[in-house]
Amino acid sequence: MGMRRRAPGSLDATFFALSDSTRRAILARLALGEASVSELAEPFTISQPAVSKHLKILERAGLISVGRDAQRLPRRLEAPPLAAASAWLEQYRAIWEASFERLDGLLEEMQRTSSASRRARRRTKR
Amino acid sequence: MPMTMDKAQVTLPDDREVEVTRSFRAPRPLVYRAWTEPKLVRRWLLGPPGWSMPVCEMDVRVGGRFLWRWRSEEDGSEFGFTGTYREVQPPSRIVHTEAYEPGTVGGGYPGDDAIVTVTFAEESGVTTVTTSIDFGSKEARDAAIATGMTGGMEQSYRLLDQLLDEQTLA
Repeated sequence: MGMRRRAPGSLDATFFALSDSTRRAILARLALGEASVSELAEPFTISQPAVSKHLKILERAGLISVGRDAQRLPRRLEAPPLAAASAWLEQYRAIWEASFERLDGLLEEMQRTSSASRRARRRTKR
Repeated sequence: MPMTMDKAQVTLPDDREVEVTRSFRAPRPLVYRAWTEPKLVRRWLLGPPGWSMPVCEMDVRVGGRFLWRWRSEEDGSEFGFTGTYREVQPPSRIVHTEAYEPGTVGGGYPGDDAIVTVTFAEESGVTTVTTSIDFGSKEARDAAIATGMTGGMEQSYRLLDQLLDEQTLA
């Protein structure tokens, strides 16, 4: 596996870590708060060792860390690496922009109809 | 002739907040209406193509609630936001709480509801809307970012799958 050569926290490691749906589901779960390995394994049909393997990859990418509780060894979400965060910003911006472009069209339509009804009102007054 | 406005800007002004800014070539009362009347809101607040807004209920007065829910036409997955209005000052300012409802999309953030402040400012016929989302803590904001990121990645990978399928079939 070429995985070993990926530098921790690098964009490569981040994208590799995010390229698997189980790992994305684990991150989504950790977004709600820290959880132990067995808690994380619960919703999946895969074994705890398999989950541990996924966790190792996420840890190497700098996306999660291990909490202080030595009994539970809870995993928690880390602030996304900078590159991923700026990718998120761009994605989030694009989602808003898609809505805003629709709003541009709607506002134009509202202005057209309000000036048309003003004209109509003026006509009926005459 | 609609002059092209600057695109939306997203910034992280401090550890807890995300801020979205965009200008519209329309007077402020009109922009405010488009933002607060449900039948208008559901025509534009749809995000990327392929999503519809089957639920858009808004009782825009202090203490009133809103309920927004989106559905992907492609796979039927759903998520939403809900909250309560804290300040309603037409046509210049709205403050409301906002809780993410993971639906079938999943994700979310720990802690209290986010506080969303929307301000509308008009200058020579152009209205600038600033939406600031305060998650209450750095952890909550970063978790929300991670949720958006994984959701977005999911979507990107689905597109990539489609593209690869097309390539294989061609």
